[in-house]
Amino acid sequence: MEEREVVVIGAGPAGLSAALEAARSGAHVLLVDENSKPGGQLFKQIHKFFGSRDHRAGVRGIDIGTQLLEEADALKIEVWLDAEVCGIFNQRDVWIVRNKEKSVNVRAQRIIIATGAVENSVNFPGWSLPGVMGAGAAQTMINLHRVLPGFKVLMVGSGNVGVIVSYQLLQAGADVKAIVEAAPRLGGYGVHTAKVRRAGVPFHTSHTVLEARGTDHVESATIVQIDDKWQPIPGTEKVLDVDTICIAAGLTPLVELAFAAGCEPLYSPLLGGMVPWHDASMRTSIPSIYIAGDISGVEEASTAMEEGRMAGLSAAHSLGYVAEQVYEVGFKAAEQRMLALRSGLFGQKRRDAKAAIMAQTRG
Amino acid sequence: MQRIIEHPVLGPLPDVPMVKIIVDGEPMEAREGEMIAAALIATGKKYFRKTIKTHEPRGIYCGIGRCTDCVMTVNGIPNVRTCITPVEDGMVIETQMGYGVWKQEQ
Repeated sequence: MEEREVVVIGAGPAGLSAALEAARSGAHVLLVDENSKPGGQLFKQIHKFFGSRDHRAGVRGIDIGTQLLEEADALKIEVWLDAEVCGIFNQRDVWIVRNKEKSVNVRAQRIIIATGAVENSVNFPGWSLPGVMGAGAAQTMINLHRVLPGFKVLMVGSGNVGVIVSYQLLQAGADVKAIVEAAPRLGGYGVHTAKVRRAGVPFHTSHTVLEARGTDHVESATIVQIDDKWQPIPGTEKVLDVDTICIAAGLTPLVELAFAAGCEPLYSPLLGGMVPWHDASMRTSIPSIYIAGDISGVEEASTAMEEGRMAGLSAAHSLGYVAEQVYEVGFKAAEQRMLALRSGLFGQKRRDAKAAIMAQTRG
Repeated sequence: MQRIIEHPVLGPLPDVPMVKIIVDGEPMEAREGEMIAAALIATGKKYFRKTIKTHEPRGIYCGIGRCTDCVMTVNGIPNVRTCITPVEDGMVIETQMGYGVWKQEQ
């Protein structure tokens, strides 16, 4: 069996940041990812990020991804790509299948799980037709793979993902026919919403998608107004000529690995559902396992990177790599930056939800 | 549906060598290293598989290897996630019916 001090699972913004921080502290880190390229979902984020200079605000996600990979290179962090983690046993043995060929067990003193999240679906007649996809899937296709999955798009959901992807679909040359939002108010940040509105995309609040039609692919979508009990109002149906329906209805943390390993679960509806319990240092109920990023509650890439730093620093500290004083200063700074990210109208709710998780005692 | 040749943020589509793939018996071109799903969307392929009982068409849904909606038979191996599997020169890709059939010698 191979041995490493810290194994980080997932090379997205959280996992990369965790690996960097742990390696900088002196720990021997192995970073694994099932994809053939690292970066997670960062490389499809071609918009500029929010926050302050500390959070690299104003820098596009794609450029942040490149920076993180350069830092990982400079620190000579060991990275296994095409490496699927199938399970964690005895709280520290990571079972990895490499290149779909070779099964390897790695005994880790600390494990940081940063598996991210998966998009939610909305079920309606026709929702399984090709052409109905996650908004993030469309974003992956246009920005990473440079293919347009459709020309005429209906976006379901007006949160940040919905409006950002709508704008990026326009940039890619698609026509966004409408954005429907089930709530009576729009959900995304004003600056993103305004860009889409200025481009002439119609928004329909208190509306949802009723049905998708088509033989082998979406050929039309019916939208409908809903009342205050979220029931369709007969007679308000509109048929839209679209070939693509993007669902931007939130994300669910990818917790399977953590729960199968035995991490204590906790329900946090605001953060996406079931999440592993964790303390402020990102440690789960299993002392050798830490989490960071969307698995610990769905937020943003900027918060994921901050959580990654906290988890990486804490894991290294727990192995005796960081002097107490250095740890305290570093951790406080990360906490302050996190506080800034979780401020304001949108952030406060997430801050409260995070505080509620940490207020729970373990087990 | 189509490739994005010009992009206001990402710039022109970079030049990469093309490889040959065979899709349901038809030879086609794909960009080296791109995902099978992307190559097929660029050719305008409408669906990737049909379900076992009701024969409904399916395509990509999550695009990041989680949902398994986009699986196809690739080089005789069924249930390959096309959104996270890169094309290779000479790759044989088939629309999958139901659970698919293993065609490779074991």
